[in-house]
Amino acid sequence: MISQLFTEAVLIGILTSGIRLATPYLFASIGEMFGQRSGVLNLGVEGMMLMGAFAAFYATYTTGNPWLGLLAAIIVGGMMGLAMAIISVTFQAEQGISGIGVYLFGLGMSDLLFQKTIGTVETVSGFRPVDIPILSDLPIIGPIFFQQSIMVYLAYALVPIAWFVLYRTTFGLKIRAVGENPAAADSLGVSVNRTRYLTVIIGGILAGVAGASLSISLLNVFQQNLTSGLGFIAVALVYFGGWRPFGILFGALLFSMVNALQLWIQALSIPIPFDASELLIMLPYVLTIIVLIFSAGRVRKPSALSTVYERGG
Amino acid sequence: MIDFLATHPRLGRLFDLLLPLLAVLAALGVGAVMLQLLGANPFQAYSAMLKGAFGSQNALADTIVRATPLLLVSLGICIAFRGGVINIGGEGQIIAGAIPATLIGLMFPEAPALILVPAALIAGFLGGAFWGSIPGVLKAYYNVNEILSTIMLNIIAVQGMNFLLRGPMIDPVQLEAASRIPQTARLAQAFDLPRLVPTRLHAGALLAVVLAFVVYILLWRTTTGYRIRAVGLNPDASRYGGINVKRNIVLALLLSGAFAGLAGAVQVYGVNHRMFTDGSAAGFTGNAGFNGIVTALFGKLHPLGAIPASFIFGGLIVGANSLQRAMQVPAALVTALNGLVVIFVVSSDIFSRRLARRRQIVAEPKTSPPAAPADVGPHLQRAGPPSPGQEASS
Repeated sequence: MISQLFTEAVLIGILTSGIRLATPYLFASIGEMFGQRSGVLNLGVEGMMLMGAFAAFYATYTTGNPWLGLLAAIIVGGMMGLAMAIISVTFQAEQGISGIGVYLFGLGMSDLLFQKTIGTVETVSGFRPVDIPILSDLPIIGPIFFQQSIMVYLAYALVPIAWFVLYRTTFGLKIRAVGENPAAADSLGVSVNRTRYLTVIIGGILAGVAGASLSISLLNVFQQNLTSGLGFIAVALVYFGGWRPFGILFGALLFSMVNALQLWIQALSIPIPFDASELLIMLPYVLTIIVLIFSAGRVRKPSALSTVYERGG
Repeated sequence: MIDFLATHPRLGRLFDLLLPLLAVLAALGVGAVMLQLLGANPFQAYSAMLKGAFGSQNALADTIVRATPLLLVSLGICIAFRGGVINIGGEGQIIAGAIPATLIGLMFPEAPALILVPAALIAGFLGGAFWGSIPGVLKAYYNVNEILSTIMLNIIAVQGMNFLLRGPMIDPVQLEAASRIPQTARLAQAFDLPRLVPTRLHAGALLAVVLAFVVYILLWRTTTGYRIRAVGLNPDASRYGGINVKRNIVLALLLSGAFAGLAGAVQVYGVNHRMFTDGSAAGFTGNAGFNGIVTALFGKLHPLGAIPASFIFGGLIVGANSLQRAMQVPAALVTALNGLVVIFVVSSDIFSRRLARRRQIVAEPKTSPPAAPADVGPHLQRAGPPSPGQEASS
């Protein structure tokens, strides 16, 4: 029955999963936001996430230490970011297409490495839920917010940090300047290419960590195409959130809550009129398109997004 | 070196043509290093791939069968990219075409094949056109980035397919057996596309090649094609010239989706004879929606260039499968290689652009008016303000 959904335990369960499921979106989208704010559209997030997810899983699987897994994801993600920066900044490749190349590379490469090194379904003991003292004992709020894994806390901590970096530091000012008017920034002595390299590498690192949050925290497994489109949603969430950290937080929560609801409906095998869980999964994507329609006129994207900068060009 | 090429037009043009080939060689070179690291001899591996893809009549037939959806999708990609829009929605459009095409076959199992099969292919074309027109309208009239909307529509199409194949369209046999494998019933055998030789090669391949010529004529020999390309090259100039820019953006994405949709219908009637899903898009499409982009880029966004390009990439996929069988190298290698090809092709375009610019500089003092820049494809030119990925200029 539908009323099954409205018991306290289930509602807490849905909210807890919703908070948790936002983790990969937050890492990946915030990283993507830095790149886009500086003018680089990185469509390869999905591939970077897959590589990060595999690196984290493999390192955790062989050493048993999830922190080493996280480190591996950071290194691999950073390398993927560096590659994307070389492609899109130095070689000035069309960003919408080169991102697809990076995606295909990550999709194939992570699968190839997985099949060659592990090959079968294995689980690892990744990051376990950590109870925050005192706060985790609070009724309702405790289990929802304060009994999550360290990756979840990190993801939420990233939002205000990203806000601070973007709006209150010189580096953030450079990012925004380079993304709005690269020629003006350049004339004031800001290195456009260096700034873009840094943001794209940061984006790669965070995409790698987003992948790790799946493979060594939320799911503790790796398989072919583990992310299944999550990285593309992360790109859309940046638009959805109007290129602002807290806007992205709102979008990520919205997505993950709907996802959590659908997962719980399946888990409880609630007989909804007809088996249409797919239609429920569709909902956030339809919603994203609708939001894009309404925000297109009002929210201004970074002026130099997905354009290359050449001196005197 | 660029200077030298700019003053030698023949060599320069040759360089333009060879560039994608060099990019592929570079990708294969990286692939060789990867194979070495995986403990496989790269030469043995590549020769196993070559043999698996082109070594026998059956291998060639399989390669062409694999190339067919790639060619159809990349014809659509040519139209979209020439029109200045990036269509990443191939996966969804393939599905959106396959669904109505399959439905028609399931609804009229007794109909004469001569009428039903063309009707089904047209339904696939229209289904893809519909799915492609959505991002077109969203971009032209609501300023929604087509890259994002096509990605969203891919996922929506996959979920729609999963819903239909698990529910309303499921094979009644599966329903009875309670195994509930998400697939439709097999279409009537009379509807199978005719086989050309005693292999798996079906008539859809021929259709795709014919359509490549049709698209070439459409793009370069008709007013419609001229308008699409003009909008792709410079929407502002097109508007001053009296071209309805918004309508042509919609048209480019609509046609692009239509060819992907047709690829879906051809895949159903020529190869699978039913629809099935493993829950993901690639399970049904075999990644053709993305690989079609690789193919189109490799063919220099020219419909006729897409014919050999799709043949090569079809061979790459078939070859990878035999590589997996012969040397236990996972076929995922080819996905990674395709990614590298895209990366190298779009990264090497900078040399084409530099050459085109230098050529202009070299040509200017001698001749007036200045020579037109080389045809490097609209989305790759940095001169004009329109770059796909940016919203339609408002």
